[in-house]
Amino acid sequence: MKAAAFAYARATSVANALELLAVHGEKARVLSGGQSLIPAMNLRLVAPDVIVDIGELAELRGIAVKGETLVIGALTRHADLLKSSDIVKCAPLLGAAAAHVAHPAIRNRGTIGGSLAQADPASELPACMLALGASIVVHGPGGERRIAAEDFFTGIYETQLAPQDLLVAIELPVARTGSAHFFQEFARRHGDYAIVGLAAQAVLQGDRFADLRLGYFAVGDKPVLAKAAGKLAGVAITPALLAEASDALSHELDPHEDQQATPAMRRHLARVLLARCVASLLNRPDLNIGGRA
Amino acid sequence: MTAPVTISVTVNGERVEAHVLPRLHLADFLREHLKLTGTHLGCEHGVCGACTVRVGGEIVRSCLMLAVQANGAVVETIEGLSDSGEIADLQAAFRDRNALQCGFCTPGMLMAAQDLLRENPAPAREEIREHLSGNYCRCTGYHAIIDAIETTARARMELKA
Repeated sequence: MKAAAFAYARATSVANALELLAVHGEKARVLSGGQSLIPAMNLRLVAPDVIVDIGELAELRGIAVKGETLVIGALTRHADLLKSSDIVKCAPLLGAAAAHVAHPAIRNRGTIGGSLAQADPASELPACMLALGASIVVHGPGGERRIAAEDFFTGIYETQLAPQDLLVAIELPVARTGSAHFFQEFARRHGDYAIVGLAAQAVLQGDRFADLRLGYFAVGDKPVLAKAAGKLAGVAITPALLAEASDALSHELDPHEDQQATPAMRRHLARVLLARCVASLLNRPDLNIGGRA
Repeated sequence: MTAPVTISVTVNGERVEAHVLPRLHLADFLREHLKLTGTHLGCEHGVCGACTVRVGGEIVRSCLMLAVQANGAVVETIEGLSDSGEIADLQAAFRDRNALQCGFCTPGMLMAAQDLLRENPAPAREEIREHLSGNYCRCTGYHAIIDAIETTARARMELKA
C-alpha cells in the first residue's frame, strides 16, 4: 500500500526541528532513517499529518570518544555501527547486535536514534542500551536532558519522549578493562525479529563476574534488565547457582504470546540464553546446562 | 504543505528535476515518473527486497525511502548497472545456472549480490546467504542463486589473479 498524504518539512537544524515539533506536536512524526516509520505509514498503521525530516542534520551523525564516554549521534546508522573502530574498542556489544538488525539494505538507512525512539520490544538496540547503562540525550522545549536507558523505555513503542522532544544522541561509558560481551538471539531467519534475544555486558575479575548486566528483548512489552544477574556477580559460579539464577529469571520474566512463541517457550529460550551467556563469558562449557534450544 | 516538493536527483548518471508529492516513495518515483520499471515492488513494507536500488553507492529499499529524501542523491537502478556492463558476468551466471524463473526478484537479487561482491570478493556460501537474507525468491529455492553468485565471485578472482 501507499502512505496517506502528509505535509513534509525538512529540518535545517536541531533548533528548527524543535520549532516544527513545538508547532505540530502530536500531529507530527520525526523521520530519521524511516525503516520503521515508512513501513508503518505504507501499511496505514500510522498516518501523521506532518513529517519532520531530520535526515540532513549532519550534527546528529557520527561516533566520538570524549574521555570515558562514547557519544553516538542519533542519526548514526546500523551500517556505521558495524564499521566503526570506536565501537569495536569501546562498545563491541553494539557491533555484535547491529549485525542482527534486519538486512544490509535496511542497515544502510536505519539509525540508532530511530530504533530507540521506535522502542520495538523485539529490537536489538534498546536491550543493548540497558546492558551498557546508556543515557539517552534528548532536546525538548525545556532544553537538554538525559534519561537513563532503564527509565527511557516504558512500553510497546512507548518511551519517555514527548511529541515535542527530539532524541539527539546516546552516551555510553567506555568499556572498562576486563569487559566482555555476549549477544545472541533466536529468530526464524537471519534478520527477522527475534523470538527471544539477550544482549549482555560483563566485567570479569579472574573466574568471576565483577559486574553482569543482562538485557533481554522480545520477552514482553519492553526490554528487560534482568535482576537475576545479581545472583551471579562477585561469587564463584557453580551449576547449582546458575540453575538458581535461571529459576529466578524465569520467575522475573513475563513474556507475551504471539504467532512465534508461547510464554513458556520464551521463558525456556531465555534460560537457554542465560546458560550459553555465562558459559561463554567465563569460558566454562560445563555451565552450559540445558543449553539446547 | 502537502503540496509537491521540488527535488533534484541523479539517476543512472542523468540529472533529474521533478515535483513530487511527499508521500511518493522512491520506487514509485523511479517506476511511474521515470518509467524505470526494472525496480520491482513486491511488499511495499521492506520485507521482500524486490525494490533494492543503490543510493549514494549503497543498497537501500526504495519502498522505504521517500522520493523527497533522495533530493541531492545519486541513485542507481538495475537499468544503470545493466547498461554499464557492471554486472554482465553476474547476469550471465544467473542465466546459465537457472537462478531465476519468473524474474520478479531478480533485479533486487542482482543489486544485493553485486553489493556483496564489491565488499567481499570471495564470500563463503553462508555469507552469501546472509547478505541475501532480505531478498525473497519464491521460485528457485535460492540454491541456484547462491551458486551463480559463487561462480561469479570465483571468475572475478581468477580474472584479477
